[in-house]
This record gives sequence, structure tokens and C-alpha cells, in this order.
Amino acid sequence: MTSSLFFNITTIAYFAAMVLFIIYLVSRSRAVALAATGAVWAGFAANTLAIGLRWREAYALGFEQAPLSNLYESVVFFAWSIALCYLLMDFKYKQRAVGAFVIPFAFIFMIWAQLGLNAQIQPLVPALQSNWLTYHVITCFLGYAGFAVACGASIMYLLVIGREERKGDKQGLTGIFPSAKVLDDINYKAIMFGFPMLSLGIITGAAWANYAWGTYWSWDPKETWSLIIWFIYAAFLHARFTRGWVGRKAAWLSVIGFVATIFCYLGVNLLLAGLHSYGS
Amino acid sequence: MTTQKRSFLYSLWDFFASLKLSIILLILLAATSIIGTLIQQNRSPQEYQQMYGETLHRLFDLLNFYDMYHSWWFLALLGIFAVNLTTCSLKRLPRVWKQVFEPLTVADDAHYNSLSNRHELRVPLAPEAARDRLAPLFGEALAAPVTTEADGRIHLYAEKHPWSRFGVYVTHLSILIIFVGAIIGNLWGFKAFVSIEEGTSTDKVWTAGGQEPLDLGFTVRCDDFAVTYYDGTNRPKEYMSILNIIDNGEEVVSNRKVVVNDPLKYKGITFYQSSFGPAGNPQLNLEITDKASGEVREVTVTEGRHYPLSAGYSFAVTGYTDSYGQFGPAVEMHVNTPEGLHKAPFVVLKNFPGFGGKQDSPFSFALLDYQQKHYTGLQVKKDPGVWVVWLGCALLVLGSIAAFTLSHRRLWACIVPAGKGSKILLGGNAHRNQPAFALFFDDLKQRTNDAIKA
Repeated sequence: MTSSLFFNITTIAYFAAMVLFIIYLVSRSRAVALAATGAVWAGFAANTLAIGLRWREAYALGFEQAPLSNLYESVVFFAWSIALCYLLMDFKYKQRAVGAFVIPFAFIFMIWAQLGLNAQIQPLVPALQSNWLTYHVITCFLGYAGFAVACGASIMYLLVIGREERKGDKQGLTGIFPSAKVLDDINYKAIMFGFPMLSLGIITGAAWANYAWGTYWSWDPKETWSLIIWFIYAAFLHARFTRGWVGRKAAWLSVIGFVATIFCYLGVNLLLAGLHSYGS
Repeated sequence: MTTQKRSFLYSLWDFFASLKLSIILLILLAATSIIGTLIQQNRSPQEYQQMYGETLHRLFDLLNFYDMYHSWWFLALLGIFAVNLTTCSLKRLPRVWKQVFEPLTVADDAHYNSLSNRHELRVPLAPEAARDRLAPLFGEALAAPVTTEADGRIHLYAEKHPWSRFGVYVTHLSILIIFVGAIIGNLWGFKAFVSIEEGTSTDKVWTAGGQEPLDLGFTVRCDDFAVTYYDGTNRPKEYMSILNIIDNGEEVVSNRKVVVNDPLKYKGITFYQSSFGPAGNPQLNLEITDKASGEVREVTVTEGRHYPLSAGYSFAVTGYTDSYGQFGPAVEMHVNTPEGLHKAPFVVLKNFPGFGGKQDSPFSFALLDYQQKHYTGLQVKKDPGVWVVWLGCALLVLGSIAAFTLSHRRLWACIVPAGKGSKILLGGNAHRNQPAFALFFDDLKQRTNDAIKA
């Protein structure tokens, strides 16, 4: 019973869920949707167990650290956060078609972690030896996961809004989509969850930087990109109250926000230099 | 004030109080912030010239792209953002203030008609009896209602979480507070650096770009610096300095271990472990064997000086390294003959004494030990604005959570005598999350009907 076995099960479960959700869009069979949701639950359970086991394995090696210490661990935690946010959303709305647009994110991250990243458990370098690491990483990734759900809902919104405006019939893949109003609501709620989490993530990062290095803000590329995301979603939240910005523009802001989030998370580490470059 | 002047001020006010301006500013801030992450900040002009070429370099320099987050145009953008935030809030605050502190306890028919959640019913009860049935329902749903009798009508009013209307203003204020904290830090704080050799002390630190060192007002002494590694690897585990503080001739902090993520704070000034390096040449302990007599002696030497041996010979160490390939610490040295002839240099390895290379002299050498002194590099900071920033951050989180999760819910009822019974007008309103409030109101309608029938 090792963590890597359960990480593999997680990957397979998310893959199965993704395929089932796409079949659901075509077949419109409620049984398929239920099976897909079940697969997400199974994947989430395996993901949780795997992270827990990895935690124990690190302790067994003598490293007293939460499993949030390198790129591999952050990616599997991101997949876990996406599944969690998706399930919370599913619990409230029961709009299964959304799964086809959110679970692929969880799957892509798991398969990348399993095939492309170094899964070795390594002790923490001095810069990361702090409890702030745990608070900082958890809040950031819960925020990112909220934005992933919002992005999925926004893509669906952009696909469905044209048809609704033309009063088109409910043919094709978008036929089973929730209404634009519901998608807009999911988008908004997910960002309402993600935005305070991101704020907390930025603040815990600033508090940690201040504690460890003596500056709460140094315009390091990672910090700056997290602020860029914060600006984009702040614009989104105000767009919803502003004539001319409701609807399509707000949905685009949500999609752009998630693209910026992914860049902040990965692009900055892989392409730009800075304080977080040891994350890779 | 002339009319023209007044209308100009009004339009200026309207311009800054516009939500569209907020959205555009947020998008502009996001977009321009990207520049400084693509162009490395605060490098030397030579580096930039090499990276971008002459023309582009001059353009970037002109646009302040090399220190863009402190450039006049970026600070101006932040300034306009602060003004926009303030005017937007000031414009909307008075109405909200009134709604919270002067609630509408007696609503007229026009008000009921303006509500999207309303209900009207006739009941076979006297107004007072109807009130007694309705009041507990309001109490359960929100809070005990305020009852007012006027013009033969009974008015009920109840509300919950009126304060949540301030959530958004607290959030806006928190951003301004963070700005103030940052400004305080910039005006009355400093960021500096100091390197202290083991065993020495200093009372001056160097600020970035400062010409003169800054006087601390007390003395910091470094007793020791050490790096430790995870067993069997070269992955660092800990960088550690032992610091002492001497203030007015008295040692006020003794043997304080400072590591990354655990700084030392004294009189508002914080010292962070930041870097380290070798200080001066290492002290080398050598064992010298006179091959002829078999006499063995130990000496301590430093690099670059000549030391006498017996019979007119002498030697010098010309190089030292921590790691000679994979073989560990090593010295390079040579022997001089009594005639002053400089013989071929050779390498002595600490971990492999036998592998001495060619030592064709009457002496053989072994490297027993070495002591390398280090200096510790400390980041030194004073920021009196940091608590203001944390206050702003706390308000930001609390304000936004209140703004996103709490809603000011209000219920009104008006009971009018009608024939033998009464007519009840019921209305409600929430300042956010309308779908949830609609469900809540439907539930209240149902319970009102049930309570009347009972």
C-alpha cells in the first residue's frame, strides 16, 4: 500500500470520470452522469489517501514535512483541490455536464505528475522550512481550484449564450448544458470562493516572506503574477455590477483569469527566474 | 463658485466615482504588471544593453521598464486607483449608512410595490391578533421585529446582518490602509545588508544604493557561522549564525542562533540569515616528516607565505580548495631548495594522505586539518509600517468574506383592518444573493399562511 499506487488509481479514476462526462454530453443518460460523478468521488478518495500515505512515507524517512514541498506534490494537491471544488459545486447544483469541463483539468494535472515529474520525496531546503509553507500552499491551491471550476463554467457559458440569444433549439452537445443563468451563477460562486482564498494565499505568502526575508513584497515574478490574477478577478467581481460588462465580458475575464493562474503557477516557475524557482 | 467650475468638478467626481473606471484600472494594472516580470528589474545598464541592444534598451530605459513598479506612471496608476476606490465608496456610503442606522421601520404602499418579494393576504383576525401571530415568525426568520402603530395600521420591521453592507467598504478601506502601511515603510524604514566575519562585530549596515553606512545604535557580533547538510548529500539543511547584541557596553542578546526562517529582532530592527562566504585565507594544519631523520612536526600555515624547513629548505602553500574534484580538501604546494630553486608544485589531499603526488624532496607533507573562517551575510530591515499592512490584510479578508457570504435581509409587514378581519402586506428584501432570499421568502409566506390558519 504505497502512495504511488493510489496516485495511479487517482489518475485512472479522473480519466474514467472525464470520458464518462463526455459520453454523458452525447448520450444524455443520467446513469452515465451518475457513474461519472461516482468516478470523481472514487478519484478524490484515492487522491486523499495517496497524499496521506505520502505524508507518512516522508515521516518514515525522517522528514517532518507536509507533502507540499515540490512541484510533484503541488500538482497532485492541485488535482485534489480541483476535485474537491468540483464536488462541492456538484453537491449544490447537481449540474453534471459541468464535469466535462472541469474534471479534465484534474486529469491533465494527475497524468502530468505521474508521467512527467520527479516523485522522489526530498527533504526541505532551509528556505522552505516553515509552517507558513503549509498555510500558503493550501490557500493558494484552493483559490486556484475555485478558478478552475469558474473557468469550466465560463467556457460553457460562452458556448451556450449564443444559442440562447438566438433562441436556438437544444440540439447538439450544448443541449444538456445548464442555462446561461445557472452557469453564470456557478462562475460567480466559484470565484467568490476562490478570490478570498487567493487573497489569503497572497497574504500568507507576504507574511512568510516578511518573516523569512524581511520584505512582505518584493515584486518577484511569482508575487506579481499572483497580484495580476487578483486584479483580474477583482475586475470580474465589479464587472458583474456594471452595465456593459455583465455576461460575455465577465465570462472572458474568468477564462483569462484562469489562464493567468496557470501561468502564475507553472509559467513563472518554468520560464521566469525568481524566488520560487526552486519549486521545480 | 461659477456654474462652469461646479459642473467641471461634478464631472470630475463622476469620472472618478465610476465603476467602469475601476474595471479599466484593474485591467490596466494587471496588464502593465506583466512587463516587470518579463524584463528583469534593477540590473546594470551593461546587462540590459547586452540583452536588448542599444535602441530597445534606450526605449525601455525611457519608459522606466527597468524599475517599473516604482516608476512615476505605475505609481500614478496606483494613485488613480486609490482615488477611484475612495470616490466610489464615498459616493455610495451615505445611502448605505442610512439603510443601516436609520432603517425604514414604517413602509408605505409604494415601498411594498417596489419590492420583488411581496405577498398579500386577508385573515379573519383582528389586527392585534394578526400581529401576535406574525411577530414570532419574524423573530424566528430574522430577529424580533420593531412594531409601530400609525394611522390605524400596525407596521412590523425586522432585519438581520445590517452590518454586512459595510463589508465591501471595509474591503476598499483595507486596500487604502495597505497603501498607507507601504508608504510608512518607505518613508521611515530601511532595507540594508551587512556581512560580519566570524568573531568580529559591527555597528553599521549598508542600505541599497546608499553612499554612507547607517548607524545601528548598537553593536552586533557574530561568534560562529555554519552550514549543515542532509546526511550523505550536498543538499543544505541549515544555515546558522550565532549572533550577540551589545548595547551601551552591555551584552543584551547572547548566543542567539539565527537561521533562515528564524530572524533576530532588536529595537525594531530585524536581522535575517541571507548569505555566507569564506573570510580570508584558511588556517592549514600540516604534518611535516623529515625523511632522513624521521622527525615529525606539525605546523599551522596560511596560503601564499614561505615557511622554513630544516637544512635551509623552505615551502609555501600556493592554493587551497574545499573539494579537489571528488577527493575533498586539498592544498597545492612546493618546496624551495637551499639554493633558492623552486621545485615542481604538488598536491596534498586531506582524505588520501598516501596519494601525495611526487614529493621529490627530503620532506613529506600531510594535510591534517584546516579552519576556514566565514562571514555571515545578514539582511537588515526596519519597517514601522508593517503592522499597518497586516491590519489592512486582516480587514481585507474579513471584509471580503462578509461581503461575499453575509446578506442584509429585511422584512416588512403592514396590518390594515379590513371588514371583520385584517389585510396583511408582507414584503422582503436582501442586498445580495437574491435567489436564496426568494426561497427564504417563499418559506416565510408558507409559514405565515400556516400560522394564520392554526
